[in-house]
Amino acid sequence: MDLLYLIILIPAVSAAVLLLGGGATKRWGHLLGTAAPLVSFLLGVVAFARLAAGDEEALTQQLFTWIDTGGFHVEFGLLFDPLSALFVLLITGVGGLIHVYSIGYMEHDARRPRFFGYLNLFVAAMLTLVLADDYLGVFLGWEGVGLASYLLIGFWQHKDSAAVAAKKAFIVNRVGDLGMALAIMLMFATFGSTTFAGVESGMPEVSAATATALGLLLLLGACGKSAQVPLQSWLLDAMEGPTPVSALIHAATMVTAGVYLVTRSHFVYEQSQAAQLAVVVVGLVTLLWGAIIGCAKDDIKKALAGSTMSQIGYMMLAAGIGPAGYAFAIFHLLTHGFFKANLFLGAGSVMHAMNDEVDMRRYGALRAVMPITFLTFACGYLAIIGFPGFAGFWSKDAIIEAAFAEHIVVGIGALVGAGITAFYMTRLMIMTFVSERRWASEAHPHESSLVMTVPLMVLAGLSVFGGVLLLNGWIVDWLEPVFGPEEHVALPIPVVVMTLLTLAVVVVGAGTAFLLYARRRVDVVAPRRVSPLTKAARADLYGDALNEAAFMRPGQYLTRSMVYADNRGIDGAVNGVAALVGGTSGRIRRWQSGFVRNYALSMLAGSALLVLAVLAVRLA
Amino acid sequence: MSGSEAAIPWLTILVLLPLLGAGAVLATPRRGALPKQVAFTVSLATFVVSVAVALQFDVDEGFQFVEEYSWIATFGAHYAVGLDGLGLVLVLLTTILTPLVILASWDDADSGRWSVNSFFAWMLVLESLSIGVFAATDVLLFYVLFEATLIPIYFLIGGFGGARRSYAAVKFLLYSLFGGFLMLASVVGLYVVTAASASGPSYLLEDLMNADISTSTGRWLFLGFFIAFAVKAPMWPVHTWLPEAASEATPGTSVLLVSVLDKIGTFGMMRFCLNIFPEASRWATPVVMTLAVISVIYGALLAIGQQDIRRLIAYTSVSHFGFIVLGIFAMTTQAQAGAALYMFNHGLSTAALFLVTGFLISRRGSKMIDDYGGVEKVAPVLAGTFLLAGLSSLSLPGLSPFVSEFLVLAGTFTVSITAAVVATLGIVLAALYILYMYQRTMTGPVRESTQNLPDLRPREIAALAPLLLLIVVLGFFPKPALDALNPPVDRLLEQVGVSDPEPTVASDEEGPSK
Repeated sequence: MDLLYLIILIPAVSAAVLLLGGGATKRWGHLLGTAAPLVSFLLGVVAFARLAAGDEEALTQQLFTWIDTGGFHVEFGLLFDPLSALFVLLITGVGGLIHVYSIGYMEHDARRPRFFGYLNLFVAAMLTLVLADDYLGVFLGWEGVGLASYLLIGFWQHKDSAAVAAKKAFIVNRVGDLGMALAIMLMFATFGSTTFAGVESGMPEVSAATATALGLLLLLGACGKSAQVPLQSWLLDAMEGPTPVSALIHAATMVTAGVYLVTRSHFVYEQSQAAQLAVVVVGLVTLLWGAIIGCAKDDIKKALAGSTMSQIGYMMLAAGIGPAGYAFAIFHLLTHGFFKANLFLGAGSVMHAMNDEVDMRRYGALRAVMPITFLTFACGYLAIIGFPGFAGFWSKDAIIEAAFAEHIVVGIGALVGAGITAFYMTRLMIMTFVSERRWASEAHPHESSLVMTVPLMVLAGLSVFGGVLLLNGWIVDWLEPVFGPEEHVALPIPVVVMTLLTLAVVVVGAGTAFLLYARRRVDVVAPRRVSPLTKAARADLYGDALNEAAFMRPGQYLTRSMVYADNRGIDGAVNGVAALVGGTSGRIRRWQSGFVRNYALSMLAGSALLVLAVLAVRLA
Repeated sequence: MSGSEAAIPWLTILVLLPLLGAGAVLATPRRGALPKQVAFTVSLATFVVSVAVALQFDVDEGFQFVEEYSWIATFGAHYAVGLDGLGLVLVLLTTILTPLVILASWDDADSGRWSVNSFFAWMLVLESLSIGVFAATDVLLFYVLFEATLIPIYFLIGGFGGARRSYAAVKFLLYSLFGGFLMLASVVGLYVVTAASASGPSYLLEDLMNADISTSTGRWLFLGFFIAFAVKAPMWPVHTWLPEAASEATPGTSVLLVSVLDKIGTFGMMRFCLNIFPEASRWATPVVMTLAVISVIYGALLAIGQQDIRRLIAYTSVSHFGFIVLGIFAMTTQAQAGAALYMFNHGLSTAALFLVTGFLISRRGSKMIDDYGGVEKVAPVLAGTFLLAGLSSLSLPGLSPFVSEFLVLAGTFTVSITAAVVATLGIVLAALYILYMYQRTMTGPVRESTQNLPDLRPREIAALAPLLLLIVVLGFFPKPALDALNPPVDRLLEQVGVSDPEPTVASDEEGPSK
């Protein structure tokens, strides 16, 4: 379709106008910024309809040559196939709703046009990520969303905490990008091509080692973007951003890009069992990791962030299982996009009403004063814990079944995760909306305006009815052209038993939370004397501590000593001593006397290093 | 050499125009902005001529706008100039940056040791000599111009820099003279080699490419050239003059030094080392690639540890030059085209970074990172341009340096996975040094010392905007530059006698059949 490029271009142009326009866009900036993703959504619907009509397997468009030198040729091409179609609708649809909500949420912020400019930049980059037909094009969007995420986490960058969190997110993501960049290089070296089609056609012929390397490198990239262990540490800090950002970028869309990458590269993983296993392990560890963190957080957004990690862990797990799981990974990604955006925006509505208070120990009994927020939030809550009939019930159950078919340990892990999810979400629900009021004295909670509650209602509707995507196996059939036929695997026990078992676990989780939080008073100040597990969970399971000890402090020590050596060792006595002594002639004299000795020393050290390095390159 | 004699001596005009302009600036009365206006007009005229040259350039031909006159017949030296795609791109870099630098440096010379006129005159002299260096196709002519560039830059640093400018200028000069001396030895050596041949002595690149140089002689002569270029580039471990010079000079001088002059080093490697000594270049590859990778990592780590903004940018350049040299010596089409493109892109990105931080420093009077904080709140345009320049330095996709850096890495990967993997670590370190600097200067609460910081003035925006625009446009559409650079790279690799490794699995571009 010839208008495909407009889906990306419209938000991109809108972002440029808003960011370059400055104060001139003050009065209408938010309207332009909201209209852009909605227009893209309409274009996406048109394209979706054409695809659904069934004449073409995918819509494609070649725009221009990006890079062309020797054997390296990258076209700027777009691919609108069943997989990217779903993403386009999610990004522009849920994204559009979040834009509408932001009109109200950011109303009193003097820099609202810029906020919308960044949001549009994000939408454009995210659409590039899912529409590109080449890994390098994906990488462009990949880093683009990283930039938008950086800008938006740090939107209130006059706060040091926000600026630090933004930087951390970008840098941790860059570690993941390292993997992605190396994967693309390996693709070029192996296939001479970095397009999806080129890599897919060459995959069956590559060695097992290459396939595994590719799979693990892509997984590293996915871990960074999707906050999966071991690159999970940035997501909790990312909650420094305004809440609509947390909903759009750090829940519904960007953080699921890793799942997109893995499922899009299914042809890579199908050639390497080791890489598939790695994906499953990462997913399983993260789904428990995030859930445990979610149990201990009193900050409502951080509790939801832990939950996001955990839910993406489910998607990763499904993506690692193979053809039996791809469609369910995407299905859960969509339903999660609905209910998690719903929950985050609901949390934002609460914060809005409570003077930006995020501590749930300062909430309580809000259901009466904020009925719409409460009811919509409840829909999201029932969806995420997998209440029968709600969206999450269908999508999570499908993954748990597939997990049991994969391996009993994986299945149990996924099942336990469901129980913990029910626990922390019930806890969150009770502490916020039920129990007794524990508000700060100056809090006057009130229901949010319609511009904020209408998006909540729509998302609540999607959280309830999102399961229809699985009706008659629609989503599995829809994605078949991308993933190939689904492998149906037999479960050792009947599906009904499986479902009942899951429900029982959920009831146990929710019931425990009920007993602990609804039947007892909630302390306004978090108790200090808690179990080691709670302590660990409050400290994000020591992820930051580990990074600090293993990378940050040694890194600081290394750079400091290198700066010292560069100034003293290589450069002679001048920089330190002569500056104090002063006098040009004196400086030069000292410089000359110190020069030879110090230079000789550094040459010796340098040569030793050099010999080692040459050996390293030679032997490799 | 393939190519045609020019009817109009375009390149001589390009060289002479700024040189005569420099004379005009000196002759202008030392009153108000007049000398600055003259200098700016001259540099703009030079830019227009260079664009006219570029429009006539045919990317599929070899050297163009060729002029060749015998200069010193006994040595076989000529006044010989001509442009291929590589030379053209670097000449354009010079002519684009010079007017912007003059615009940005408008008030920087007012408190110098010497007159304002001499500051801008030296800049124009430097432009003239740089164009000459990139156009020279005779080794002796190149050498003379190469050494001559030291004079204007020495006076620009020593006369108009910060407190320790004299020291920085002398250090720079000594380093450069050391390298130049080794190169002179090799230039003499080339005379000895060609004088012994049947066709007699010649310094023409064309003749030297076909000269019969024995393996061991070639390697020795190669080293003389290479070390001189490595000092200029600058590569680890001969980089230590750069932080001093870049930190003490005015921002404009730093731009001309790092963005243009240092390129002579990497340009020289491609044009002379590889063309004249193909065997020696292949021989030196493992060592040079190793040094380059060390430069990438070393420069980045040092940048992270800096407290002085200008020194930090200087160290980022050590890292970026490491990428360029790595690309040149990886000897694949992608890596070399990437390296050549990187020379241009690094010029833009570093120029933007030096200029915008120069504007910042001129407002507060301190180069130390810790003296800033919260600038974004009071000067959002300054902060925004700073961030964009910084993002280009960390090679964000969508901005021009990404294309070149990725080409270098991908091209290197096909010949040495180790080198590519270690160099790729540089992208994480780049994010650290840029964003750590941005965080400490621009974000956080507004400080007392920064609360009255004015935002960018129209003149300053005018100097930055063209750079940032080019960075974005070339990020998405590098094709014109790559089209110009691909043919000379192909010829160069043919001369060196290497060809790209084939992909291990032949892929069917049509995609899988289902």
